[in-house]
Amino acid sequence: MKENVVIIGGGVAGLEAAKQLLALGYQPFVVEKSDHLGGHVAQWHKLFPDLTPTKDLIKKMISDIKGANVFLETQVNNFSRTREGYSLFLSNGINIAAKAVLVASGFQLFDAAKKEEYGYGVYDHVITNADLEAYFNGNKDKRVPRSPKAIGFVHCVGSRDLKAGNSQCSKVCCMTAVKQAIEMKERYSNAEVYCFYMDLRLFGKKYEDFYINAQRDFGVHFIRGRVSEVSETMDGRVQVKAEDTLIGKPLKVQLDLLVLMSGMSCNALSQNLVKQAKLEIDSDGFLKSEDNIYSIIESGRPGIFYAGACTGTKTVPETVAEARAAALAIHEYIAEN
Amino acid sequence: MIYEGKQKIWSDYQKEIPDDHWYYVRSCIRQNFFPASERMFTEITQKVLGKDLYETPYHTTCGGIAYHADTIPQETVMTIIARQFALMTEAGYENYCPSCITSFGNYAETLETWREFPELEARIRENLWKACKREFNKPKYLAHSSDLIYHWREEIRKRAKHLLINRETGEPLRIVEHIGCHYAKMFPHKGVGGAEYPYVLAGMVESWGGQVIDYPERRHCCGYGFRQYHVKANRGYSVSNTHKKFESMEPFHPDAIITNCPGCPYFLDRWQYVIAEQTGKTYGENGYGIPVFTYEELAGLVLGYDPWDLGLQLHQVAVEPLLNKMGVEYDPKAKYLGLNKEDLLRPEMPTSIKCC
Repeated sequence: MKENVVIIGGGVAGLEAAKQLLALGYQPFVVEKSDHLGGHVAQWHKLFPDLTPTKDLIKKMISDIKGANVFLETQVNNFSRTREGYSLFLSNGINIAAKAVLVASGFQLFDAAKKEEYGYGVYDHVITNADLEAYFNGNKDKRVPRSPKAIGFVHCVGSRDLKAGNSQCSKVCCMTAVKQAIEMKERYSNAEVYCFYMDLRLFGKKYEDFYINAQRDFGVHFIRGRVSEVSETMDGRVQVKAEDTLIGKPLKVQLDLLVLMSGMSCNALSQNLVKQAKLEIDSDGFLKSEDNIYSIIESGRPGIFYAGACTGTKTVPETVAEARAAALAIHEYIAEN
Repeated sequence: MIYEGKQKIWSDYQKEIPDDHWYYVRSCIRQNFFPASERMFTEITQKVLGKDLYETPYHTTCGGIAYHADTIPQETVMTIIARQFALMTEAGYENYCPSCITSFGNYAETLETWREFPELEARIRENLWKACKREFNKPKYLAHSSDLIYHWREEIRKRAKHLLINRETGEPLRIVEHIGCHYAKMFPHKGVGGAEYPYVLAGMVESWGGQVIDYPERRHCCGYGFRQYHVKANRGYSVSNTHKKFESMEPFHPDAIITNCPGCPYFLDRWQYVIAEQTGKTYGENGYGIPVFTYEELAGLVLGYDPWDLGLQLHQVAVEPLLNKMGVEYDPKAKYLGLNKEDLLRPEMPTSIKCC
């Protein structure tokens, strides 16, 4: 009988780690606080850069963890050190004695309403990137007009923003905005689409191609300048003021829809759990790894490992790679102890 | 517009405003621009509501205009402010109420700076002692006088003689609210409703029966902007900003504008005349402009004061269209009579904007 391993979080990191641990002969416990597996990614419609349908990916990842013990709508109520490892009391009443724990608690999307000047929750046609993905997934949203003629995307909403308390780059939003801009152009080819950005951080495989594609083939306008304020016109359209820093002039444009690219923020992992497990928080609010180069999946606490966006903003491929590494590290740890 | 979204934000930006015992300091310029406004504030506070409001003739400028025109350093402004606080302390008060928005911003900025840098506060205390042998306590509460009228808005409503309702149609009057830049843009939590969707004036309008207009250039500067106007060569820029606001609010057909800053009502009022002379365009009905009021003036009208006792004859834009809509009785012949009923003569009428 293999040792118990508990995975806190059933998103992409948790699912991939569970799959690998199953392959190594473990029967991991996956503890997920929401009512579904797949985390934020499961709410997305397609993933860049190949427009991979998310539904298929998550379906496959879930089918790959048959044999794991999955607890949905469950949280860790109590976490304590034992001589053999850790004891976890779950909110469903189950107590698990685990040799190792993988924290894969992910991130939370920045609450766009905190950037009051953008009018999320105040103006009729202002939505977030997550709202748009839900719309792509078929959810009706009256904030999205039937045939929009002008659409704007605001990058870096709550990221690289000291005022919002998030200094870090959210990493995936630039590319998500490019993807969503293309998807909107595919749906509404007559619409003018504007992306308001500080810098475009397009570092990954095929990202630059995707960006060029957006400009050359879809005519998306990229405007280097932050949006200063959003207001509503008499006919309910969205008026955006920004500065085009490349031509050195302020601009004002009226849109039918404004999409705010909410960034990844540190997850509000139960402070109780952080305290009980004696985990450390880094200066950016994310969990602190033993070091950020060679031991990013190590917590510095024996038998506690990290994977995915709980330690910082990550793409899906990075998360998957970390989850695999963490599963192997756990296996090695158990073998040595 | 999602009203509940604004209500959520308003609930996040409420401030504690004591009900009584305030030390009141007047503005340098408001008495010249709108001479009855501050007197009306004392009248409402002391006579109508029976509150304790104290003033001293030893109060001076806060240095705000010079500070924002970059002609005196912040340390000097802070020492002036320290002296004002000393006067408050000597008078036995701890609730400080400036009438001027820029003063309010200066006081808020100074208190926040001292909170962040206590060593600077210690130096200012030393400066004040060396300069005039005074000591001070910091105010326990700081509120702008519009915060107090907001706080008492329902008490004013209970005593209302006229509401912001069109007496002929029964419809709420459509009111543009314009907040002074220094009220909450620097410190959103110091203002009622925050910086993006301030509620201080909107709350008065709603309580008194009117409907607030939110138009695209609501947050835009009135056009004053200190150096935009004080540097004579910049005045074209000043009026162009005011013009931008009026072009934006025009389609909403506002019946009036309410303001809480010394400069804003002046420029929104006077520049309408200039715009009319330059372009021939007026923004009110039938060739009139859109009347502009301070919150004390509007409170005075709601409470039934004579418009000429409120100094409304000194406005450039005629206020009579709003008086007629509200059903305020007034004597047109008394408009230019002084307090002693002596005829003050008539001002020259402009050519492009209709006046009474």
